[in-house]
Amino acid sequence: MEHNQKIDDIIKQRFKEKVLSVKTDLGDVVIQVEKDAVKEVLEFLKKEPQDYSMLLDLTCVDYMGKKPRFEMVYHVFSLSKNYRLRIKCQVPEEDPEIDSVSGLWKNANWLEREVYDMFGIQFQGHPDLRRLFMYDGFEGYPLRKDYPLRKRQPKIKLRK
Amino acid sequence: MGKIRPIKKYSYYQKTSHGGFIATKLNYVIGWGRKYSIFHYPFITACCGMEYMSAACAHWDFDRFGVGMTTFSPRQSDLLFVVGTITHKEAPVLKTVFDQMVEPKWVIACGACAVSGGIYDNYAVVQGIDRIIPVDVYIPGCPPRPETILNALLKLQDKIQHQKQDLRWNIIKK
Repeated sequence: MEHNQKIDDIIKQRFKEKVLSVKTDLGDVVIQVEKDAVKEVLEFLKKEPQDYSMLLDLTCVDYMGKKPRFEMVYHVFSLSKNYRLRIKCQVPEEDPEIDSVSGLWKNANWLEREVYDMFGIQFQGHPDLRRLFMYDGFEGYPLRKDYPLRKRQPKIKLRK
Repeated sequence: MGKIRPIKKYSYYQKTSHGGFIATKLNYVIGWGRKYSIFHYPFITACCGMEYMSAACAHWDFDRFGVGMTTFSPRQSDLLFVVGTITHKEAPVLKTVFDQMVEPKWVIACGACAVSGGIYDNYAVVQGIDRIIPVDVYIPGCPPRPETILNALLKLQDKIQHQKQDLRWNIIKK
């Protein structure tokens, strides 16, 4: 915890107005940053003195009705210090674009493809942004809250 | 009291001086042969597969009913055992496997997901495999007990015994 107090001071000093808020939630530090700074922040955290070298998870939340609508969540973990950190940033519905972090962590490649498949977030600089779970020809993004609950898009013709 | 005459039972089996013969019907005897020589193809996608495995292995052992021959080639199997959730992405694969099987063939839908989609009433899952291929026996349960699977196999044997047999060679002769 002491270390985590330090890390949010370091980030505040380094990124100043790009950091929107810092709080502690369930024992982890949650840092809310601007959308255009998220890649820099993660790159900074990954480097040596901070050493958050592992990307545990990368996902998205749809807060429909709120503005901005989507929120990206990055969980990073420091193997040497045994600390976790959560980075969040807001993504608007009209312009669902964000910088890809697949250059930093290899596992971000498929995680970003999953988020693109389910929420339709466009990752700038992703090497191969295709659907991961759903098939080609699937329309819409099924984990968005406005995807119809009973909408089915069968791949082959059904019997009845 | 007089001597009690034994009641003569009606029997298909008769003994003659030349040896035994059996009077039966062609449809019946082909059904009898088919029901005890089912080769099944397990199409296992989810957790019901564990129950299928325990039903197939020594504890419950459905081989004692003549349905234990597992083949991993659809062309050499009679029974398609669909065990688990089928998604829309997987539906073409299941259809292909079914189409590759040679007549006569039967299908068992094992578990709630294969029967009706189960708890997965969502964008990804086929709501019952009978939307893709015809099904002979449905096994309910999430997952079904091995006894339920055995019961379903006996039901299927009963069905095979009593259905009108598919005799392809008659058609070929004409």
